[in-house]
Amino acid sequence: MITTLGSPLKEEPKRAAQPRNRIDPARSVVIVAAVTCAVGSLLWTLFTGFVDPDVALAFGVLIAVGELARITLPGNREVAPIASAGAIGYTFLLDVGGDPVNHSAWQVIAVVSVGIALGALPHIAVGRAPRWSDLARRGLVVVLIALAFRPFAERMSPDSQHWWLVLCVMAALVMASWLVDSGVAAAIRAERLRTRLSVAIRDESRAQFALGMAIGSSGILIALASTVTGLAGLLVFTAPLLVTQVAFRRYAEIRLTYLQTVRALSRVTEVGGYVETGHSRRVSRLAHAIGCEMGMRESELLALEYASLMHDIGQLSLRSPIASGATVLASPREQRRIAELGSAVIRETGVLDSVAELVRRQCESLHGDGDDGPPPLGSRIIKVANAFDDLVGESTDRDRVEAVLQRLRMDTGHEYDPDVVETMARVLDRPAARW
Amino acid sequence: MRSLPLAARLYVGLVASTAITVVVLGSYDGIDPATLVLVAILFVIAESISTMVDSGKAGISPSSSASLAAVVLVGPVGAAVVGFASCLILRRQSIVKRVFNGAQFALAGYAAGWVFRMLGGDIGVPERGDFPWIVLPFTAAILAHTVVNGALVAGLMWFLGVVRIQRPHRIRWRPVATLELSSIGYGMLGLFIAAIWGVVGPFAVLLVLLPLFIARWTFDQYVAEQRAHEATLATLCQAVETKDYYTRGHCMRVSKASALVAEELGMHAERVHTIRYAGMLHDVGKLGVPTKVLQKPGKLTEEEFAAIQLHPMRGYEIVREIGFLDEALAGIMHHHERMDGRGYPMGLVGSDIPEFARIISVADAFDCMTSTRSYRNARSVSETITELRRCAGTQFDPVMVDALISAIEREGWDPGVVEPPDDDVAEVAQQDHDDPSVPLRLEGEGER
Repeated sequence: MITTLGSPLKEEPKRAAQPRNRIDPARSVVIVAAVTCAVGSLLWTLFTGFVDPDVALAFGVLIAVGELARITLPGNREVAPIASAGAIGYTFLLDVGGDPVNHSAWQVIAVVSVGIALGALPHIAVGRAPRWSDLARRGLVVVLIALAFRPFAERMSPDSQHWWLVLCVMAALVMASWLVDSGVAAAIRAERLRTRLSVAIRDESRAQFALGMAIGSSGILIALASTVTGLAGLLVFTAPLLVTQVAFRRYAEIRLTYLQTVRALSRVTEVGGYVETGHSRRVSRLAHAIGCEMGMRESELLALEYASLMHDIGQLSLRSPIASGATVLASPREQRRIAELGSAVIRETGVLDSVAELVRRQCESLHGDGDDGPPPLGSRIIKVANAFDDLVGESTDRDRVEAVLQRLRMDTGHEYDPDVVETMARVLDRPAARW
Repeated sequence: MRSLPLAARLYVGLVASTAITVVVLGSYDGIDPATLVLVAILFVIAESISTMVDSGKAGISPSSSASLAAVVLVGPVGAAVVGFASCLILRRQSIVKRVFNGAQFALAGYAAGWVFRMLGGDIGVPERGDFPWIVLPFTAAILAHTVVNGALVAGLMWFLGVVRIQRPHRIRWRPVATLELSSIGYGMLGLFIAAIWGVVGPFAVLLVLLPLFIARWTFDQYVAEQRAHEATLATLCQAVETKDYYTRGHCMRVSKASALVAEELGMHAERVHTIRYAGMLHDVGKLGVPTKVLQKPGKLTEEEFAAIQLHPMRGYEIVREIGFLDEALAGIMHHHERMDGRGYPMGLVGSDIPEFARIISVADAFDCMTSTRSYRNARSVSETITELRRCAGTQFDPVMVDALISAIEREGWDPGVVEPPDDDVAEVAQQDHDDPSVPLRLEGEGER
């Protein structure tokens, strides 16, 4: 069967890295809406004039600094907590040190836009372009809250007896805008990763909830405390959020480091000559794409990524590499042994049990081998992706890919999961850059 | 804490009785009892959820913000009462610890309140006109709180013999500075709570604590993830070396020895951390060397020797994508360079060899010699030290050798104990490329 596929065509050019010239509707709509609001408000405010320029300046600076200190959370989510809290604070501002402030919603949007732009410029200047969709969302949240709150701001006097009512209105607005924002973020994510919207909404709200609450409460706090402390307090007010931001940044860093470590160490099997160069990386990429398309949750995708990177680690315990490193060609008994050895290594860490389980069951047939029932979806995906990469290698030849797909399809009865194979066929149909 | 030394008991008793004197004899004029109770409750809650930083030794907690809010709202005596309330903390804690913590918080709060009032701060909910100048006495109050708190705790630690008085350059200032900065940040928050106390009352508590609860939760996750990362890294490194029975645990011990040297040299905690990783990963490239070459008895051919010489480069290639390693990468790549330039892969001489590489090289050889190999038994630490001294200057950097020796003499060393394999399942090497006392032998040459 294998011989009909011919030898691996190493000399073929790799899949050309395609420029990102695709147009995602949801992402484009969000960006265009944000830019329109920003430019419109700026022009309108320039036309009608600024009120309280010193307050606007102080908050603008805070927003710019916050934007400059933006961080990237796991899952490639860009956030700027201090800028967002500053913007929310400016939106809810009623009174600075005893003097009521009466800026319009349009002025809020204009100040926030200018602040964000100024904070983003240095990053762009050194070649670190922001994620435009996240930047636009940061602006749009403020647009929403400002349009809902500012028109009624004059009726909410800070000295009235109904302070708790004002507080409730602010909290409700923050919650509502956070929900809308999660929805928008999920739409963009679903579009980018080709996953299901419902899954994306759950992932996004889980990823953004904690930080969203911290930003919201800090924003409200900044607005309320300004009535007493005036603008000098702004510096003090950002301190608690700074602590939160530092904690989140360190968390994001360690998550990235963890992934890099597993990625790098998954290559020891390649260096040791056990598998072909790039095999683990390709399998993990393919498995991730399949997992997204099949609607796996973010946490499951991470486990899948780890498992597929380390799926061949059991080969390290073999005395000598198996022929050409392709586990798909090894005997079932040998495959099983590699899976169990690898799983034992991963279980040793004490923290990656779900990953170890995926690795252990990666070679089982569709309906399972033992009494444990069918293997988990992650294992079935790894099995298919691994078989595909073992047989195709680095080649991009369409005929070869088709031939391998055909071969896998013939085995879908008992070996491979037909859904996974069909999903993989769909993934492979797209240009590589869109995985 | 079970068997407290007498000095420590006296110290705790002194601190506690001073605090009780302050609380009992203080004047409670002009203190609103409702505010006092609310702040005390806030303080107990904040203290109960205090975050432990990764070492588990020093806790960062938002409680100092509550304590400093008390300074502004209810004055020095009120702050002392609030501080003392931390005895009621909702956590399992021995009675002595409770009393001491309560007492030292009470004294710190009293001192801070006193400083605040001396510098012209008004007790009570701050008025609009008080800002921004109230920040000055308040900052001084924070500093006083930090200093008294730190001094009292350090005093107890000293009586317990946990810390020794060290020369200033030996103390690692960075973690201390980070801790102090963060506690000053939490302290500033106290002013914040006091300021909006007049506007939204106890509602302020919820708003202020929410970001801090979230920060703490995230920090816990960070710590958990960091542990997971370390466990995974260690396991994968060990998986790489399980191939040879006798080198098991080698990477962990090299990592430990390298960290000892780095600490001895007074490096920053971050660099010590990095070199720990470097030591762990230093031989990862050995996997690229065919097993039969690594374990070959007898002399090596030129090609086989070349294959062994390649392993630092291979290791470098594997780990170079790990972002945080930066300096460690050079250490991994050059850990077989020699001071006299006869090492590999690049034949660097003297100080051209990166510092990390010079450290790992010594640690590597040290662990190799103190552990058992199939062709010889483990040497004693003193024998190994003699051998290291002999090679200092030619193979090793004398500075690193001295640092390792003094660190080992102080901390002791626990070499890996390997029972000889009882069956022929395990593979064993007949020589070790790390062993300076038994250099690799090349065909057609004497020794190398």
